[in-house]
Amino acid sequence: MALLSNTVALLGKELRTEFRSRELLTTTVVFILTIVVLFSFTFDPSVTESRRFGPGLLWLAFLFAASLMLQPCFLREQNNDTLSALRLSVSDPFAIFLAKLAANTLFLLFTQVLLLPAFSILYNVPVLAAFPQLVLVMFMGSLGLSVTGTALSAISAQARMRELLLPLLLLPLLTPVLIASTEATAALLVPSPAMRWDWLGFLLAFDVVFLTALWLFGEYLLEE
Amino acid sequence: MTSPGFSPTGIRFEKIDKRFGGLYALRRVSLEIGAGECVVFAGRNGSGKTTLLRIAARLSRPSAGTVSFLSGSGERNETQPAAGFVAHATMVYDELTAEENLLLFARLQGIAEPAARAEALLREVGLLERRNSLVRTFSRGMRQRIAIARALLNEPAVILFDEPATGLDPQGVSWFAETLRGLRESGRTILMSLHGESEVSSLATRAIRLDAGAVVADTRTGADFGSILNFANA
Repeated sequence: MALLSNTVALLGKELRTEFRSRELLTTTVVFILTIVVLFSFTFDPSVTESRRFGPGLLWLAFLFAASLMLQPCFLREQNNDTLSALRLSVSDPFAIFLAKLAANTLFLLFTQVLLLPAFSILYNVPVLAAFPQLVLVMFMGSLGLSVTGTALSAISAQARMRELLLPLLLLPLLTPVLIASTEATAALLVPSPAMRWDWLGFLLAFDVVFLTALWLFGEYLLEE
Repeated sequence: MTSPGFSPTGIRFEKIDKRFGGLYALRRVSLEIGAGECVVFAGRNGSGKTTLLRIAARLSRPSAGTVSFLSGSGERNETQPAAGFVAHATMVYDELTAEENLLLFARLQGIAEPAARAEALLREVGLLERRNSLVRTFSRGMRQRIAIARALLNEPAVILFDEPATGLDPQGVSWFAETLRGLRESGRTILMSLHGESEVSSLATRAIRLDAGAVVADTRTGADFGSILNFANA
């Protein structure tokens, strides 16, 4: 119960501070829109081409956005040494991770859902037919990005060359998530969309494994 | 700050070592601080004051040795009560208001009636009228007040202050000294690191000097206080 109430309190803090500062969402939304618009004008793809490389482009944009979004996740806690205050206050440090990864997943999902209509218009790919399934795939993919990214953000925040370290650790580890998310998304953007449960199952397994690892070892990531 | 919701608690450091790589920040530090003592740690930058306080707060693990809390009678207290910690950094969120900060940490600590506790503390530190202001709009002195209020949320028996007077104007130092006096009179055990003699250090009942991570002087007598606190100017 304490874990749940601590997580809820911390998630409220994450959302409140973000909606006040708008640091992460603004940067991420602008960044993703720029990529999608830029590629649309550069390649001027046909519908078939869009369906072929659109999902990969989307998830690549999400990956870059995620690395932008995840970098300050723990760095912000260092400004006033608030991480120490959190460690002194929570009964289970996993609550700190849970709240951060929930906030990161929500921010990423928000960005993705905002981007889908722009992608649909610019690349002439209808997304409404499989919209709920797309949101599910995006949620699972975002969760994968967030779980891994939140853990690595905690590690890199305490290291030298932290700006370089996070993408360096994050990109190779996230390759399986990107492949699974891209494949599942591609299957939903064809004229007869179908949910690829095998890839979704893979995403679920990835999320569960990393979440468990975070639960077991997260405390050590926060130590000085 | 005179309503004790805590049991008098001392603290014992036994053969504490702290290494960062090959560098010793603390070397075989053994100290026993009695319940209700007000101890000031002095020493040059890098002498190990902050490291010792962070170990006492359980924010950092010693490389060797143990820290234990003691009951008023000097027996080991197995329940390990949380210590309040006030660092040079405020340890509160700039993008939250004073009240939101206290409510957040009160909820995290599982304090019953967090709103009432937050309001009581805001009144005590003189920030009730600014309860809805974002902390980023606060002066250094006001930030220090909210930091102290956060540290007192769970009525800790032991309070640790890491250079609490740094950056405060004379009015701020006086306010802090008055607050410290109240905390001391309430029976709390206070450990703080300071640079030089001041209105604040005059409230201490014991002075300990650290040098290169080791205790080199420890006195309870007034005559030696000055030499311990003002070693840098000697």
